[in-house]
Amino acid sequence: MENIDLKLYESMYLIRRSEEKIKEHYLEDEMKTPMHMSMGSEAIVVGVCECLDRTDQVFGTYRSHALYLAKVAETEAFFGEMYGKVTGVAKGKGGSMHLLAPEAGLMCTSAIVASNIPVAIGAAFANKQSKNGKLVAVFFGDGAVEEGVFWESVNAACLMQLPVIFICEDNEIAVHTNFSHRRGFDKLGQVIKGFNCHYYNSDSTDVSKIYQLTQHAIEKQKAELKPIFLHLKYHRYLEHVGVFEDYEAGYRDRKEYQTWLAKDPIALQRKKLCNLLGEVQVNTVENSVNLQIVKSIEKAKQANFPGPSVAYEDVYS
Amino acid sequence: MSRVISYRDAINEAMFEEMRDDVSIFVYGIDVADHKRIFGSTNGLVEEFGEDRCFSTPLSEDAMTGFGLGAAINGFRPVHIHMRVDFMLLAMSQITNMIASTQYGSAGKLKVPMVIRAIIGRGWGQAWQHSKTLHSWFAHVPGLKVVMPSRPYDAKGMLKAAIRNDNPVIFIEHRWLYDVIGEVSDEEEVSLDGCSVIRAGNDVTVLAVTWMNVEALKAAEVLKKYNVSIEVIDVRSIAPLDIDTIVNSVNKTGHLIIADYDWLHCGLSAEIATSVYEKAMYSLKSSISRIGIPETHCPTTRPLENEYYPNAIDIIRVVEEKMGIIDINLEGEEFYSYEKKFKGPF
Repeated sequence: MENIDLKLYESMYLIRRSEEKIKEHYLEDEMKTPMHMSMGSEAIVVGVCECLDRTDQVFGTYRSHALYLAKVAETEAFFGEMYGKVTGVAKGKGGSMHLLAPEAGLMCTSAIVASNIPVAIGAAFANKQSKNGKLVAVFFGDGAVEEGVFWESVNAACLMQLPVIFICEDNEIAVHTNFSHRRGFDKLGQVIKGFNCHYYNSDSTDVSKIYQLTQHAIEKQKAELKPIFLHLKYHRYLEHVGVFEDYEAGYRDRKEYQTWLAKDPIALQRKKLCNLLGEVQVNTVENSVNLQIVKSIEKAKQANFPGPSVAYEDVYS
Repeated sequence: MSRVISYRDAINEAMFEEMRDDVSIFVYGIDVADHKRIFGSTNGLVEEFGEDRCFSTPLSEDAMTGFGLGAAINGFRPVHIHMRVDFMLLAMSQITNMIASTQYGSAGKLKVPMVIRAIIGRGWGQAWQHSKTLHSWFAHVPGLKVVMPSRPYDAKGMLKAAIRNDNPVIFIEHRWLYDVIGEVSDEEEVSLDGCSVIRAGNDVTVLAVTWMNVEALKAAEVLKKYNVSIEVIDVRSIAPLDIDTIVNSVNKTGHLIIADYDWLHCGLSAEIATSVYEKAMYSLKSSISRIGIPETHCPTTRPLENEYYPNAIDIIRVVEEKMGIIDINLEGEEFYSYEKKFKGPF
């Protein structure tokens, strides 16, 4: 039987290393797409996605490197898209902010805050009508909570009792503005609990804890058919857009980063696995992931750009 | 077989027949299933197809538009209805940022077979938030098809085609057209891509949009008495725009009047005029004339409302000028108004 702890680690490691490679190559200026890095949020995305079947569907934001790699688990079309090549998930038309792989359940990602939340509930409605048992999970940041369409969507999903999991990845910062400057209420949980759904929250960076919490929530959803709301905290390691830190900008404190880094999800899970399986086996997994990433980047660099006609394809069917 | 029914019933029949034949279609929106049934156009649907396939929604235009997109990419064919196009503005981000670009942004992996029906135009005393048209806003965005049939035959055939189409289609219906009666076909689809010459003529081409077709036909009737032969073309599809049919007509008549039903500035009439100048400038015997809504907001009181909306008389006056006819006497002519509802035949 596959070791779930190892599986969780492998997925998180793939995400972290892919992003570290993006950092490494970004200044070569060949990846001409704005990068909104997932670094710091890996435990949330992997913990939730590992609870889903491949046919379950996810929707994400412009910050969806982690979501793509966790749900789709491939790197060739991923890096193809980063490099703007015809081998990319959208033939280079979408870039970092518009990753998708409907065949693997990543339906779409969007760069307008909160705009994918209603799309996700519509997909959940379709699944409910089709009685196909599929779950929909929609990821969004805490900034989305201030958008009207967020409330419209939560209301409609709770009214219609749709099979959907809302996942608020709460890093307390929307672009560069702290939640204390954006909220007319104190606790999101208190408000969400007023709706006909189940609310869970956690600030854990332990991926197995997120995994267990999500499993419990899904069991609850299957039993009671109510929507689920997961409110999960993390710390965004890098700037809003770009591959660097920005603590010197002064809107947040490096000390906060250090607190979170001390419980970094990848380091935490690695330590656990080394104790469990020994470092040799962990190294083997890591080496294979690293090799995969290097190969995918090499392929993406060598791939062709899309021809001019691609700019006009798929406007209409 | 063809029958004569109202525009309202034509819309209703199209939805009924399509829902009967395809279980993936559902109809939804604010007050879609209430006792008024969107001016009667959704009559009988909830009774026949149940509340899962015909339902009223929360007052959440933005979310419920995205909801349709989500269902559409998951194999359904949603028909979302707005009682007034003005309400649809709350959903412009979903329509423009999401729906229009979903297929493109997915490199064709996702299709959006969704219809958004919007009711437009003049009622009576509706003021500026219940009376807009805005078709050129939608037609401006690649990825959306925009149609606005004026006759029951086209309303039924184009709605059937829109529902079957794999692209998002904005389907625009003028309220006053609901009582118009005309022939419809039982099963036939009507293309979403073409203009329709609804009255042949030789002297002046009048290109009419939605309700302006009724006004243009009335104007043509009056002008016939003065030996002026008007060709009326219904621009029933504005995205894509069938410019060839328009150019062919202009090559024949040499005169073009565009009778739009929206603000002129940056609107459809400017787009069409430019295209005609590009393709047929040397056929023109007079410069292109545009009729439409002036650069102000829709007022409530009847005299000002009458001033605001274009009509058959505006068309007649422009033709007079083009053809050098002096002061056609309109006494005794009966024009359409809310009080004298137009009921066809059309």
